[in-house]
Amino acid sequence: MYERITGEDPYKVPMRIYPAVHYTMGGLWVDYDLQSNVPGLFVIGEANFSDHGANRLGASALMQGLADGYFVLPNTIGDYIARTDLAPVQDASVAEAEERVRSQIDRFLSIDGDRSVDSFHRELGHIMWEYCGMERTEEGLRKALELIPALRAEFWTRVKVTGKGEELNQQLEKAGRVADFFELAELMVIDALHRTESCGGHFRAESQDEDGEAKRDDANFAYAAAWEWAGEGEQPVLHKEALEFEYVHPTQRSYK
Amino acid sequence: MKLTLRVWRQKGPEDSGAMVGYELDDISPDASFLEMLDVLNEKLIADGEDPVAFDHDCREGICGMCSLVINGTPHGPEQRTTTCQLHMRKFRDGEVIDVEPWRAKAFPVVKDLVVDRSAFDRIIRSGGFISAPTGTAPEAHSVPVPKPDADAAFEAAECIGCGACVAACPNGSAALFLGAKITHLGLMPQGQPERWDRVVGMLDTHDEEGFGGCTNTGECTVACPKGIPLDVIGRLNHDYLKASAGGRKK
Ligand code: SF4
Ligand code: FES
Repeated sequence: MYERITGEDPYKVPMRIYPAVHYTMGGLWVDYDLQSNVPGLFVIGEANFSDHGANRLGASALMQGLADGYFVLPNTIGDYIARTDLAPVQDASVAEAEERVRSQIDRFLSIDGDRSVDSFHRELGHIMWEYCGMERTEEGLRKALELIPALRAEFWTRVKVTGKGEELNQQLEKAGRVADFFELAELMVIDALHRTESCGGHFRAESQDEDGEAKRDDANFAYAAAWEWAGEGEQPVLHKEALEFEYVHPTQRSYK
Repeated sequence: MKLTLRVWRQKGPEDSGAMVGYELDDISPDASFLEMLDVLNEKLIADGEDPVAFDHDCREGICGMCSLVINGTPHGPEQRTTTCQLHMRKFRDGEVIDVEPWRAKAFPVVKDLVVDRSAFDRIIRSGGFISAPTGTAPEAHSVPVPKPDADAAFEAAECIGCGACVAACPNGSAALFLGAKITHLGLMPQGQPERWDRVVGMLDTHDEEGFGGCTNTGECTVACPKGIPLDVIGRLNHDYLKASAGGRKK
């Protein structure tokens, strides 16, 4: 597999190993039934935050998909459906949501700028890689908080989405995703800035011990941060979910 | 690298479509085939043209979305490799490369290089599953599986449902895909309760969807990026005959 991708035979040339961005850690907030704060909306598998947060080790997706599907959901979704009167939804918010999506599509198609969706995606990725990647500093994160909104403003004036809304349009699909990525990227930076300790995959350069290892601060940060969406352009609201450890307690990582 | 591409362009299902030529300069030999198409699309967008639609998702050979016929071969010239894992160093500088969608009656073109493979979903729905008691942890050792069976089932389970076997088959048959699922599920004890209904249901749906019959041409296994062996089709036929003889056929 390595040879197929790199064109180098690892028996002859030393392997080049390089960290890759693979996942955002964390996910949507859910309760113990895996239900989000929207009644009836269950968030399943890797999309929720329940089993991975600061760390997301290999095979987390598989483990969580199996655990959720095997143990939790057979009881909780059935329970919800059994107790709920599933009448057809006729709510003004449905029409509103549809209208919002429609107007966003129209907006994308009417900008007709001079930069492709991909070019924005790449630039946003670059900002995240530089300032919210493996090592984060307060200075870098603050910088990212300036760069992201600036790029977003540029996106909404210069993006070029080809084609129409009434056909298979991969550019339009991508534009919607990249618009969401701006929101997610900004939230990740806000979260990384507020957590001044180092833990798991989050390494704040200001918080390290003499050996350069991640230095935890359990007195102040033993909680999962659940950020509540407060509306477009508003600062999200932090809810702290305490992490309580009864038997095994988190300790400083040491490879010695 | 300098390349000449001839790409199938088709505006929609009703359009007749045609091969359109594009010149590309300065392509890195380390680019993957899909990255090369990304570069082409950047260029098309900059020129105010409609970019080429093509399917892709994981780009690491595990999801089965990428689906291009490259120079007449599904997934291109490299054996056991999906389109997304194929790299430009496998081509010559100055080469002319033809890029087409999967072509099969049961996979109608949606746009350009994107085809509708939902027929596979309907085949899976008609039997490609097992029933399992959920809610509590199963005892890991309560259902012994012989090692050779586990290995063969695992090999068949590698099928990613891409449909290259159908695109390669002169009959447009999905027998290799079907055989992979029948073998994967039918070899395991957990797959026994539905075994006979499964094979009848899946094969009947296969035929209704417009896939052709298998004449043991063997093109499928050569094109398959996961190397699913031909003998899974033997198992498919065996199970189908046995189910039919047992009166399971609807
Ligand atoms: S058998 Fe091979 S070629 Fe056919 S769908 Fe599965 S992985 Fe693709
Ligand atoms: S894009 Fe997922 S297998 Fe090629």
